[in-house]
Amino acid sequence: MAYQSTGVDFRTRLQDWIPKLVLSPSLAAMLIFVYGFIVFTFYLSFTGSKMLPSFDLVGFENYAKLWNLSAWWVAVVNLMIFASLYITICTAIGLTLAILLDQKIRGEGVLRPIYLYPMALSFIVTGTAWKWIMDPGIGIENSMHLWGWTSFQFNWIKDRDMAIYTVVIAAVWQTSGFVMAMFLAGLRGIDNEILKAAQIDGASNFSLYRRIVIPMLRPAFLSAFVILAHLAVKSYDLIIALTGGGPGRATELPATFMYSYTFTRNSMGIGAASAVIMLMTIAAIMTPYLYAELKEKS
Amino acid sequence: MAAVEQDTAVRTGGISRVFIYGILLIFMLFYMMPLFVMVANSLKPLGEITGGNMMALPEVWTLEPWRQAWSAAQIGVEPTGLKPYFLNSILMVVPAVVISTILGALNGYVLTKWSFRGDKIIFGLLLFSCFIPFQIVLIPMATVLGKLGLAGSIPGLVLVHVVYGIGFSTLYFRNYYASFPTELVRAAMIDGAGFFRIFWRIMLPVSGPIIVVTVIWQFTNIWNDFLFGASFGGQSQPMTVALNNLVQSSTGVKEYNVHFAGAILAALPTLIVYIIAGRFFVRGLMAGSVKG
Repeated sequence: MAYQSTGVDFRTRLQDWIPKLVLSPSLAAMLIFVYGFIVFTFYLSFTGSKMLPSFDLVGFENYAKLWNLSAWWVAVVNLMIFASLYITICTAIGLTLAILLDQKIRGEGVLRPIYLYPMALSFIVTGTAWKWIMDPGIGIENSMHLWGWTSFQFNWIKDRDMAIYTVVIAAVWQTSGFVMAMFLAGLRGIDNEILKAAQIDGASNFSLYRRIVIPMLRPAFLSAFVILAHLAVKSYDLIIALTGGGPGRATELPATFMYSYTFTRNSMGIGAASAVIMLMTIAAIMTPYLYAELKEKS
Repeated sequence: MAAVEQDTAVRTGGISRVFIYGILLIFMLFYMMPLFVMVANSLKPLGEITGGNMMALPEVWTLEPWRQAWSAAQIGVEPTGLKPYFLNSILMVVPAVVISTILGALNGYVLTKWSFRGDKIIFGLLLFSCFIPFQIVLIPMATVLGKLGLAGSIPGLVLVHVVYGIGFSTLYFRNYYASFPTELVRAAMIDGAGFFRIFWRIMLPVSGPIIVVTVIWQFTNIWNDFLFGASFGGQSQPMTVALNNLVQSSTGVKEYNVHFAGAILAALPTLIVYIIAGRFFVRGLMAGSVKG
């Protein structure tokens, strides 16, 4: 009996191992290049690394220095302004467009792809286009003047106090269509029997949306928030292409701060500390969401 | 009352119809405007931009800015145009997309049909890795690429994009295969089919749509990447980095028309994919955000 099953055993054993072997290169890559690197950067943030990684521990010195740097505070405050406006405006535009598009619109098939195409572009392309569109010398301001509105002023991109809002404009242009698509998918998933019943009860269109439809879109709101928040924290390319962090330091974000402190200012320890803070911010947003998503499925 | 076909359409009168179409059209103009500006101004002589209206169509139509952007503009120190960088991007994107898609398909297959203890944790770790800010890996990656002798090379960029692309490609295939009946796989196992045979004969033939979604997603992301290209590109910079160098160059006259032509060249591959397969592009976006 025993010798009969050895052949089968070997085969099943092998079959047991093959899936794990197939998964192992990806697993190894992930453990090294993602989690190993996170640990490494975390470690570096406690060292006195300057131009190259070094391993002399200095405790929390880098974090203390970081939070005393006005450049870091500028980046953090900018991120708060940018993220809150970006998330709010994208959600508002996305929801409005989705609701309006869902009213049996003729030409929906044409409008939807037009709203969404910016998402296919690189932030560098978006940044380049908006950089010159918002340039007071050749862009919208100039066009308005040529059309006869000579007092029109739009020089935010050159204005230290307003430049961060030009980043919001370009970023909203790029992503709001995507948020529209998320809400539209949510709307299309709502059972219309509920709505019909409410309509028969005499609910007005406005209260129909406020009381019934929008509360039912909760999952879409949550997804939109998480996606937009994590995009905001990661924003780097758009800043580089649109303003280069300027004028002065007016549009620096944590991502551009990290890059310049690490690679051009030779303060790798501080750069690593700022990267750790970015990661923690995103982890605080993503982990509960991903956990809930995974739990729901199983 | 007309039958309500679309889920949340409400009864609206003539005036509010006009209002709705009005808003939708205004937003259409908002989204189209930058594309119009890029195309129109890439076909103008420079003088018409600096001395004219950016929102107007060209008076003299010219393809010269396109030729300049493609093969003559100064990028960094060399007057090569964007052509060599376009080729760099292609050489980087094709292998990175192929490898990450194949690995994603195999991982998704293992995680759904050959589940084992701990597979949930592995998937959770992979999923989280999709969303990390890449600043957290830049320093060690620079060190490791240097040690491997891959710094500033196309293979180095391919490695980086594969490593950070596996998370999403696995996510897509896992969610797709999860809804595929496991009984069929069981039945094939009882018939004596092995791991690869089942993958090849049963899973792959039904994987068409998800392969398209994954390839498009990876292609768009990798083509559009700037951070890794700028950090590790060295002599093999991709298109996005070259475009940025072209636009930001501080020497000489700012040739806006060439910048716009270059921007369109950088956008063209992903835009074409979007136009041809927009449906799949949207599916990828949604699958990457609203899982399930």
